[in-house]
Amino acid sequence: MIDKFNIGRRALLGGAASAAALGLAGGAQAQKPLVVGFIYVGPRDDYGYNQAHAEGAAVLKKMAGVKVVEEEKVPETVAVEKSMESMINMDGATLLFPTSFGYFDPHMLRMAAKYPKVQFRHCGGLWNQAKNPMNTGSYFGYIDEAQYLAGIVAGMTTKSGKLGFVAAKPIPQVLRNINAFTLGARSVNPKATTQVIFTGDWSLPVKEAEATNSMIAQGVDVVTCHVDSPKVVIETAERAGIFTSGYHTNQAKLAPKGYLTGAEWQWEKIYVDFVETMKKGGVPGNFVRGGLKEGYVKTSPFGPAVSDAAKAKVEEVRKGIIDGSFAIFKGPLKDNKGNTVIAAGTTYTQTEPVLEGMNYLVEGVLGATS
Amino acid sequence: MGTALERIAVSALALLASAVIFGLLLVFYAGVDPFEAYALMYQGAFGSWFSFQNTLTRAAPLILTALCTALPARLGLIIIGNEGALVLGGVAAAAAGVAVAASGPLVTNLAMAAAAMVVGGAWIALAGGLRQYRGVNETISSLLLTYIAIALMNHFVEGPLRDPTSLNKPSTPPIGDANMLGTIAGSDVHWGLAFGIAACLICYLVQRFTTFGFAMQVIGGNPKTARMMGLNVGRYVLIACAAGGAAAGLAGMVEVAAVHGKANASLAVGYGFTGILVSFLARHHPLAIIPVAILLGGIGASGGLLQRRLDLPDAAVVVLQGIIFVCILASETLYGRSWAWLWRFRAAEGR
Repeated sequence: MIDKFNIGRRALLGGAASAAALGLAGGAQAQKPLVVGFIYVGPRDDYGYNQAHAEGAAVLKKMAGVKVVEEEKVPETVAVEKSMESMINMDGATLLFPTSFGYFDPHMLRMAAKYPKVQFRHCGGLWNQAKNPMNTGSYFGYIDEAQYLAGIVAGMTTKSGKLGFVAAKPIPQVLRNINAFTLGARSVNPKATTQVIFTGDWSLPVKEAEATNSMIAQGVDVVTCHVDSPKVVIETAERAGIFTSGYHTNQAKLAPKGYLTGAEWQWEKIYVDFVETMKKGGVPGNFVRGGLKEGYVKTSPFGPAVSDAAKAKVEEVRKGIIDGSFAIFKGPLKDNKGNTVIAAGTTYTQTEPVLEGMNYLVEGVLGATS
Repeated sequence: MGTALERIAVSALALLASAVIFGLLLVFYAGVDPFEAYALMYQGAFGSWFSFQNTLTRAAPLILTALCTALPARLGLIIIGNEGALVLGGVAAAAAGVAVAASGPLVTNLAMAAAAMVVGGAWIALAGGLRQYRGVNETISSLLLTYIAIALMNHFVEGPLRDPTSLNKPSTPPIGDANMLGTIAGSDVHWGLAFGIAACLICYLVQRFTTFGFAMQVIGGNPKTARMMGLNVGRYVLIACAAGGAAAGLAGMVEVAAVHGKANASLAVGYGFTGILVSFLARHHPLAIIPVAILLGGIGASGGLLQRRLDLPDAAVVVLQGIIFVCILASETLYGRSWAWLWRFRAAEGR
């Protein structure tokens, strides 16, 4: 092992020497690689949020002239500022992806002000042209589209009509997923209900397992989730022999029998696009959004338990979403307390800002936001 | 209690031992050249002005939270509820800061610090009081109180104190840029470091040069004797716990006033738990806390570089911290025996 490093160092010296020789010879300027930094809030192999980003980073690693540096388990504190700064100062990073929601304000903004020549792109969609500098930006995907399709599969597969959703916090992004999943299920199975349990935080494996078990005991036979790592939920459900629908990334490996489909991110689409723009000397977009159409989100390949009818229905709706003829959130829509939240005749496209402040659970969801 | 020299020698030996064990793990488990790893760690923690500032910034909250364990430890109590005092201190500071945000930075910061110290102090005094008057084990109660504190924090930032515009990351309203604690001139290390060092100095002076400090030592040595001498043990327990909790609460205030600008779930990232480690490594000595916190801050600061250059997992530095902790605790058995041990070696050689 030690030998490996000696060779590594020698090779490095050799490389440096030849680079210097090239420089002296006045040859073509050696291509400096574009250094791209990724920062994750949890482990890279969590079968969830962080892995979805790391899979995108892995695609960049294969590109020529790109060097990827990564740090995992960086908390949303001064630590992430220092990680960004360290990537800039010690690795020469010029494009940074701090991927966790809480990295944006104040941490990423503070670093963006300090290093105006570095491009910062944040996952979560908070960027505001009026307030935030131009070397920052945000990207996000309308994953509720994939959740809606997963809901259709769940609605057509369930026997008890009881679906389960293990969620972290009752914040708009999560509520939008629960609602889309439920609307999808009820579009094909009007009697279906979604039992939701909020665990209170993004990564609480014990509570996630408890929530799953209690749902199983209540007769829920399809469970999905919105937590950082769906691993525990999916594994627990598989052991109990019920169906699962994944989130963030593909968890089929964890549940070969019961995995139906899932709502997945496809970040490499955005990452490759940004990096290619940077390599051409351009600046990546500041406000990048997209769903199934743009390829930023997708559904997992169907599992063995999905019927042909369900597959056909999903493909039909997918086509509608992609060509814009189908909208998920449209009136008349009632919340689960009986109030009308979207009036009849109103149809919201995905870019609608009202949807970003969603604070209700739709009819058919069993649970409360507070 | 050994001599100062013995203490430093034994601690250094323990650190060396942990470095060797960690190095062996690197070679045989991760397949990494340990010298390269240590060189990178040095570079990431102390190798440049940027790295050193990184280290100091990470050390700042640890100094304050370590005092939460160190002060009650003087009385023989083992308090590990530092994290709880920190998060509640942070919430109290944010609430106070928002309430008086219009009255200028000085007043705001003073109000924030006062609120944080009162709440943090009361929280740990609660554990001390339960121990003194109800016989509840303070280690367990302070740990459990931490979970209650984190739940309370979540309740406040997601409920009564929530800024309605903080959609996807529930937080209190911001205290305002003008009210932020700046950085120490000429650096980007925030004032929390200075607060921590000052607090350690004050604690040392009180413990070393006042009758109050002497009484604490007597109680720590033997509470029954202390009681027979007429010392009001309960009073000392409450005061030491409150002072420790106030230090951790102040760490929460600094997190709000110098880092986040508001209170949210990012307050609970483990500074309190690492503070316990710092206090034990420093053998609860207020002055020793400072270098130990800087050492652990440095280990934290270098973790990123190990990940990026050697592809080690984040857990590598956590493992190193754990090894150091075990080695230091194990080394306690050497005190008072180390010389005899060495002599025995010599005697054996002479034979």
